[in-house]
Amino acid sequence: MIDLAEPILEEEDDGRHPAERPLRRFFLANRASLGSLAVFLAMMAIFLIANPRVFSSWALYSSVLTTLPVALFLVVPLVFIVTAGEIDLSFPAIVGFASLAFAAVVQAGYDPFLGFAAAIVTGVALGLVVGVLVVYANLSSLVATLGMNFMLRGLILIITQSKSIALETLDGSWASTIFSSDVLGVPVQILWALAFVIFSAFLFNRHRFGAQVHVVGDNPDSAAEMGIDVKRVRVKVFAFMGLGAAFAGVFSTMINFTWWPTSGDGYLLPVLASVFVGGTPPWGGIGTVFGGAVGALTVSFIQTGIVGAGLSGFYVQFFNGLIIILSLLGHRWNQVRYR
Amino acid sequence: MGERLIELRDITKSFGSVYALGGVNLHVDVGEVVGLIGDNGAGKSTLIKILAGVLKPTSGRILVRGKPTSGWSAARSREAGIETVFQDRALAVQQSIVRNIFMGREIAGRFGWLNVGKEISEARRLMREIGFTSKVFSPYSIVGQLSGGERQGVAIARAIYKQADLIILDEPTTALSLTETAKVFHFIRQVKASGRSIMFIGHNIHHVFDIADRFVVVDRGKVVLQTSRAGVATAEQLINFMEDVAHPMAVPVSPSAQASP
Repeated sequence: MIDLAEPILEEEDDGRHPAERPLRRFFLANRASLGSLAVFLAMMAIFLIANPRVFSSWALYSSVLTTLPVALFLVVPLVFIVTAGEIDLSFPAIVGFASLAFAAVVQAGYDPFLGFAAAIVTGVALGLVVGVLVVYANLSSLVATLGMNFMLRGLILIITQSKSIALETLDGSWASTIFSSDVLGVPVQILWALAFVIFSAFLFNRHRFGAQVHVVGDNPDSAAEMGIDVKRVRVKVFAFMGLGAAFAGVFSTMINFTWWPTSGDGYLLPVLASVFVGGTPPWGGIGTVFGGAVGALTVSFIQTGIVGAGLSGFYVQFFNGLIIILSLLGHRWNQVRYR
Repeated sequence: MGERLIELRDITKSFGSVYALGGVNLHVDVGEVVGLIGDNGAGKSTLIKILAGVLKPTSGRILVRGKPTSGWSAARSREAGIETVFQDRALAVQQSIVRNIFMGREIAGRFGWLNVGKEISEARRLMREIGFTSKVFSPYSIVGQLSGGERQGVAIARAIYKQADLIILDEPTTALSLTETAKVFHFIRQVKASGRSIMFIGHNIHHVFDIADRFVVVDRGKVVLQTSRAGVATAEQLINFMEDVAHPMAVPVSPSAQASP
């Protein structure tokens, strides 16, 4: 009897199990992001039916693809933060600070690439400061990062006396060709943002850092017992957020070669919404980078879509909220929280 | 008697003026399953924490494979191959079995990129080694979908991956149904068959009785009985002995074994 049972068991072990069939596994593992994608496609279909002329013109997509990258650079690291069981509300001010560093270097006549490096250093450094404050002083990340957002934005206003910086020298520069031009009609920013999303998805799912982010957000006691430096992992996600904020800052400044003292401010709520619309639950331990990207896509098309569909701007806020709530309800039904 | 894996000699532990342990002698041999029994507050958890190096004994000596140790700590305990599985905080339940097994010890190549293929095959090997295989789950399955007994399997597989020679299971069958308990016993037998040792802590004597090679009964910070399985006829005999220890008024029943002072 055992002789008969053994080979069958072996076969089951070697990949025949339902959860191991690649396609099925893909669907199970990407439930949340596929759900978000379905919501997005349904929304776009409604828009297309409501106003076929506007929604089949490339100009509309081109304009969204210019601003969407900025959001993507923010949404993706925020997925890491939420998965690690934290939240960050300070990234808008870090966007402002990092892009200020970029603008200051360019204005002083240095190479824009040097400015980019300055922005990255500033962003990561500020992310580290926020992370260390939250993690080592053991503060609530919700409240502490809110405070940091006010404080850093205040500093920006004090330093610059709330004056914008025009960067005419960027126009026609190498940097602007590489980071802010069109390739066959496609804004080049979206390609950089896509590369960032794909890299981050690998970091999230196929890298030691991503694995530890998941575990720390899921069960920090267990992670610590297994020798993971929980605090260090948490600080790292805030530093990664700072990196994303730096990218977002530089790319948004490059769109029209002007740095504004409010740079980054408008992204707080749309970016937060994108993370959750994308299917990352707020309780930590699980998340989806691709879902977050689809969430950003959804959120940035709501506004354009509603105006494009011929409704007045008054409807935008209402539909923004409606889509967020519907997405959350959808994910609620789609996800189980294991304890 | 097999080879001594770990031995505690005259271990005492006091918290302030309160003695949690008053001179405990205890040993675990290679490939042995020891059932540590005692009522709540008997000193079981203090004993485990000392073995795990989380607590330092007030006095006494700890020998690993016959050699005295100094500066006993959690790190030393791990080096000695002791792995403790605490039931409540062992696993990250929203993650896959693989991710739990390799938690903190991911198999990664250059620059920290995970070698997922190797992790899966290694996980499969570990799971097979303890008989933790099924048609309803795979290394990709989420731990939260597993039953209580199966979750113990994940924790045990992880301990084996960490090259543990002695796996301490803290109340692994508490709150488990009979079928689930049977699963845990199945894992334990497999671990024993692989030549590793297990210390199994429980207050349900019936659970411990079925699986242990030897019983150690603690009461009020002292080992009151150490006996091999052969020295006790039935679980009832052990229960009677424990009741006798707890309430000396009752009729004494002494199993044919040497009770330590």
